Amino acid sequence: MKDKSNDRAKDISSRTDSRGRRRFLAATTTAMAATVTGGLTNLWGEEGREPGSPLRPYGERSPFEKAARKNSRPGQMSGTGSSLTPLENLYGIITPSALHYERHHSGVPIIDPEKHELLLHGLVEKPLVFKMEDIKRFPSESHIYFLECSGSSTGEYLAETAATPQQTAGLFSCSEWTGVPLSTLLREAGVKPSAKWVLAEGGDASRNARSIPLEKAMDDVLVAYGQNGEAVRPEQGYPIRLIVPGWEGNINTKWLQRLHVLDQPSMTRDEAADYDDLLANGKSYRFSFVMEAKSIVTRPAGGQHLAGPGLYEITGLAWSGRARIADVEISTDGGKNWRKAELQQPVLKNAAVRFRIPWNWDGNEAVIGSRCTDESGYVQPTHQQIVAARGTHARFHYNGIKWWRLQKNGELTNA
Amino acid sequence: MHKKISGKILWLPLCFVACGTLHAQTKSGKETGLGRPATADEVKQRDITTLPSGAGLPEGKGTAAQGEAVYRDKCALCHGPNGEGVPPQGTQLVGGVGSLASDNPIRTVGSYWPYATSVWDYIHRAMPLNQPGSLSADDTYAVTAFLLNRNKIIEAGEVMDKESLPKVRMPNRDGFIPDARPDVGKNAARSDEKKNRKSETH
Repeated sequence: MKDKSNDRAKDISSRTDSRGRRRFLAATTTAMAATVTGGLTNLWGEEGREPGSPLRPYGERSPFEKAARKNSRPGQMSGTGSSLTPLENLYGIITPSALHYERHHSGVPIIDPEKHELLLHGLVEKPLVFKMEDIKRFPSESHIYFLECSGSSTGEYLAETAATPQQTAGLFSCSEWTGVPLSTLLREAGVKPSAKWVLAEGGDASRNARSIPLEKAMDDVLVAYGQNGEAVRPEQGYPIRLIVPGWEGNINTKWLQRLHVLDQPSMTRDEAADYDDLLANGKSYRFSFVMEAKSIVTRPAGGQHLAGPGLYEITGLAWSGRARIADVEISTDGGKNWRKAELQQPVLKNAAVRFRIPWNWDGNEAVIGSRCTDESGYVQPTHQQIVAARGTHARFHYNGIKWWRLQKNGELTNA
Repeated sequence: MHKKISGKILWLPLCFVACGTLHAQTKSGKETGLGRPATADEVKQRDITTLPSGAGLPEGKGTAAQGEAVYRDKCALCHGPNGEGVPPQGTQLVGGVGSLASDNPIRTVGSYWPYATSVWDYIHRAMPLNQPGSLSADDTYAVTAFLLNRNKIIEAGEVMDKESLPKVRMPNRDGFIPDARPDVGKNAARSDEKKNRKSETH
């Protein structure tokens, strides 16, 4: 399907260049009127222009646009693994839902929202079952929040520096999420005084489950059914998922079907024996929930090419799960000098922040990177600082500064 | 005509009152009546939570000897005949004890997992990958026993059930410390973080 549309785009593209365009149009007018393709319009100097595509019920992007998610580790069992957001192709702070990164432990279930039920039980006064129609009747909220898999940039621990923004930090996306606060549902059921944790379980085949401290659950966790103005995508947990702002992706349970209020964490595999940062001394951090301040230059960046000296915009994304982003600085000399970037407004807590700075490339070699600071005073660390604190086998929660090397010929690679 | 208009005027404020009340209810902890009560039976049927204490584990039992056949049929394809792993499909499940502080740490059920109940829970939830939920409680106890035995944690004849499984002491039981981040990043607000951490791990 994808290849077909790519070919079509290529065809159209080559036809624009061709002098025989009018002949082509004449020969195919009837056929084109019957398809959604339409003619290429608005070419300067053309007379007798053809009307474009007809209306369509659900839009698609231009056939010229190719940005796509990428499987991070091909070869894994079908339904498992992750796909990476092409950060270098994004503008602003919102990730299109179709490009939001994926991480599945047992494939994407197909769930009929009419039949879906959310069970809330355990240490509550009144165990309840909610249908989707119940959940949508509660007062709703919308927030722009980022999601980042705790395994994002994992290769950087081992200095397997990735070649592009997508490859190094593509397990990061940002959406506007709409739903009901989890606290609303918990209050409806009446949480007992002995409650301290909430186990959230997904309706995927693996019943993926994570325990959330009650304090966080009562604070800002969202039971979301909306993503970027429409229903949450199947890959993102349709019909409902948890959004746990600022915390590692894995705890943002998708396809939410059960909430179990407990006095202790369940110690499911993911929290007890997987998403823990293994330190050089053999001990592991447990419950590393917060995704710490991180930023990355997405353009110009590895895998890209600059045409020649002159004006460019250095831009990228910054985020922090601990506090609002306060500053982003840019260096083009590997960290010797830093300049403050402009931050796109509004700057929201637990959301992606777009930064930009104009840059006049003089044609010499450059090493480009960004460093962010959040309002807690935390400064994005270097690779060396992280490794000094945790060693090289922690696997998760890597947030070091990422450098791109620009060569005189305009090629950009990881540095 | 006059009557109709006054009717509308009357209803408008009533609607606002009703909407305001719903909002106040959810914020103040009063019930809205949305959702339906869950019956004890449906809770029992859907609740698969287990805890390190053994709470939630069902009736049933199994030994490593019984688990060997189940493992061969259901697990070995991805995890190797002896739990050595078949990357990237299946992770290594056996071995690695003592490797965590080395240059080549190997995380397995034996070397890394702190609770035997987590092993049972994960197999019960998520394995085998192509058909999660297909193993009986007996088979799940048996496969768990098999993995514990191959990791030299229990004997081949030891029966694993809801009483004995939580008593198994895993080698890396004390291998975890509370998240100490921010461990890098100068000027980090350590006092706030410590406060949060306390409430998360009590």
